[in-house]
Amino acid sequence: MECSVEIDDRKCVACANCVPVCPMGAIYIDPVVNRATVNLDECVECFTCYRGMSKEHMNPTLVRAVRRVAKWLRFRFDPEPDVCPTDALTPQELTWPRTVRRAFSDPLVPHESTGIHGRGTEEVKTNDVTNRVKEGEAGFTIEFGRPGVGVRFGDVQTMTTALAPLPVEFEDKNPVTSLMTDRVTGALQSDILNEKVMSAILELKTRLEHVPAVLERVEAVAQQLDTIVSIGVSTRCDAKGDDQVARILEREGYEFFRGKTNLGLGRRPEPAAV
Amino acid sequence: MTNTLHRFGAPETQRDDYIIFAMPAKGINEAGAIGKLQTFLRLALKHGPVNVGQGSRGGMYRPSSNLTPLAHWSRPEGADAETVLKAMDEPSVVAAVFDDVAKVEALLKDVKEADLGLSVNISGLADEANACCKRAGITRHSIEYSLGFHGDLNQLPDRHVLELSTMCGHGMLSHNFARKMIDMVRENRRTPQQAAATMARFCTCGIFNLARAIRVLEQARKGE
Repeated sequence: MECSVEIDDRKCVACANCVPVCPMGAIYIDPVVNRATVNLDECVECFTCYRGMSKEHMNPTLVRAVRRVAKWLRFRFDPEPDVCPTDALTPQELTWPRTVRRAFSDPLVPHESTGIHGRGTEEVKTNDVTNRVKEGEAGFTIEFGRPGVGVRFGDVQTMTTALAPLPVEFEDKNPVTSLMTDRVTGALQSDILNEKVMSAILELKTRLEHVPAVLERVEAVAQQLDTIVSIGVSTRCDAKGDDQVARILEREGYEFFRGKTNLGLGRRPEPAAV
Repeated sequence: MTNTLHRFGAPETQRDDYIIFAMPAKGINEAGAIGKLQTFLRLALKHGPVNVGQGSRGGMYRPSSNLTPLAHWSRPEGADAETVLKAMDEPSVVAAVFDDVAKVEALLKDVKEADLGLSVNISGLADEANACCKRAGITRHSIEYSLGFHGDLNQLPDRHVLELSTMCGHGMLSHNFARKMIDMVRENRRTPQQAAATMARFCTCGIFNLARAIRVLEQARKGE
């Protein structure tokens, strides 16, 4: 069942532990009803509040009474900060297009398009087996909304339409690609453009000589967006373990020191003997 | 996805932060992969990782669905690698986090010797990782570089918060909660160890580096 998280106001005691836990800042204590409340427009259905918080099953009436007394006495209780004392977070049913929020926000939900958990593909992590990015090519992972800012698909489309005219190839199995209605223009499905997600990753590849042009376009468009864009560039190394991308990035003036190194220990299974 | 790639911090703040992970390629070499992933994890555990986990099944530090009120006075940290091993029932990414590059090198030698046929990656300082591979007799196959964050950087919090929150690349550890943990440490309401364990419970892949988090929390406490 696809579910959304709601806060049961019969159980919530307004302890506010869930308020800072929400990565999008979408939970607040409503002063009118004195209960935790979710701003559903900002909520990305990541389930961090429901899954990440530990749960007690205390009686809400008892907890509220104790809290009232402590508040009147100006006592400061110092509870565990990641606990919902009354198990007030409750899954509810989720429907399209809201389901897309969870698919791009909860890492424990596998994408229908990729069959794997997470927001992208295996990209360079299994390149030793898949040979997805070949020598002479560069793979890009352009992630929107990370870290902890979130993104609406309208901003993602601004980037996809800006990159589509360049000599790039969008990754077939990528979840963002699966939402494109036209790969030539980079247009996404219109009914999801206002949906907000934790992050979305656009994957593409190009020839090494086009890396500067792609980077220039990504940087320029990123300045127009109401979010953060994280860029990753990958390539296949040569027989000595050296790579061409580092030289290009140095020439373009990028500072880079962190990376993901595929050791080349993976292999395809031997074909079965006939 | 790229959940280990974009950790925030200058190079000198990342010298105690390496994630080694193994995985099969979907639809290609998944057959028999669960046993190989368990072998990889057992090899990693020999070298004292600070955290381990499987992407779809959780890490050493997990939330509890049945705490009692006594937890507010005495709560076990919950580090349990055996739980990760036992829960492994599908062939997805398995990761181990290390705070010492010498341990990484020792693990690489073991993994090469075991010849599991799975894809193995190191996420961390690229030059250090490459040097480590060479010392272990491995020539790297592919590399992905992080070019960091671009766009509206005004939306980002301060460096201590970012160093903590970006250790969960899926964004499950919120900036606000990382800030709260820093405040609790600065006010001496939690030790750095307790605060790090609390944050680690939100990382569903087990890639949160507790050793680095404790160091960052100590620095934040002193305003360094």
